[in-house]
Amino acid sequence: MDVVAFYIFAAIAILASLGVVGQRNPMHSVMLLIVSFGALAGLYVLLDAPFTAVTQIIIYAGAIMVLFLFVVMLLNAHTEDDIPKTVLGPRAIRIGVLLSLLLGLEVAYALSKLGITSFTTDSGTIAKISSVAQIGVQLFTTHAFAFEVTSILILVSMVGAVVIAGRKH
Amino acid sequence: MVSLNHFLILSGILFSIGTVGVFLRRNLITILLSVEIMLNAVNLTFVAGGRYLGTVDGQIITFFVMTVAAAEAAVGLALVIALFRHKETLSPEAFTSLKW
Repeated sequence: MDVVAFYIFAAIAILASLGVVGQRNPMHSVMLLIVSFGALAGLYVLLDAPFTAVTQIIIYAGAIMVLFLFVVMLLNAHTEDDIPKTVLGPRAIRIGVLLSLLLGLEVAYALSKLGITSFTTDSGTIAKISSVAQIGVQLFTTHAFAFEVTSILILVSMVGAVVIAGRKH
Repeated sequence: MVSLNHFLILSGILFSIGTVGVFLRRNLITILLSVEIMLNAVNLTFVAGGRYLGTVDGQIITFFVMTVAAAEAAVGLALVIALFRHKETLSPEAFTSLKW
């Protein structure tokens, strides 16, 4: 695994995610999130998971983000309302940022307890986990029930989206 | 040499950025985008963990997370459209009719 590639992709992912949170225009946020997903796909390739990288691009960047873009364009709400001082003052924002930083610190602390854990370099293991056939076999045997339940989830969400967003007659 | 720690730290940073977005943003669409950042941070953890353990289970869970993210985006955006049609705004402060 290439250290330089990791740091480049990690920097792109972090900067793009910060851009998503910092932008006021939802359109720019969606575009930056696609950049972030592309960087994450690169990280999946570094992790010997090329199939996951491809699905990340096709499903996330290709399908879900297009759905978001459709809604942003449909609603045509380019600017964000100013924060009403009565509902959410600067104090609440400070508490929110504080809680998020606390979360980050907790994760960092837990990781410092872990010690340095390097990945295996055994070529047999790497070939096994990067094989699409292996993923397919596992998905349709061990995880067959979860896979079938997923189809029901998608059906429910599809019907739900139509019922919620559809015009009432 | 990149270790598991690198990926877990990156994942923690991305998750925190997503949390900041959910707390700070006053736009329903951007809040949903921040949730997507958090889901992706978790996906990265799963894939890195699977790589560390030498199994494909991490990648398989990632597919299920992607499916749930797609369902969540579809229903969430349908709710956003319905709410916008109702009040003509995307600010979460406008929707307080269920507030006690």
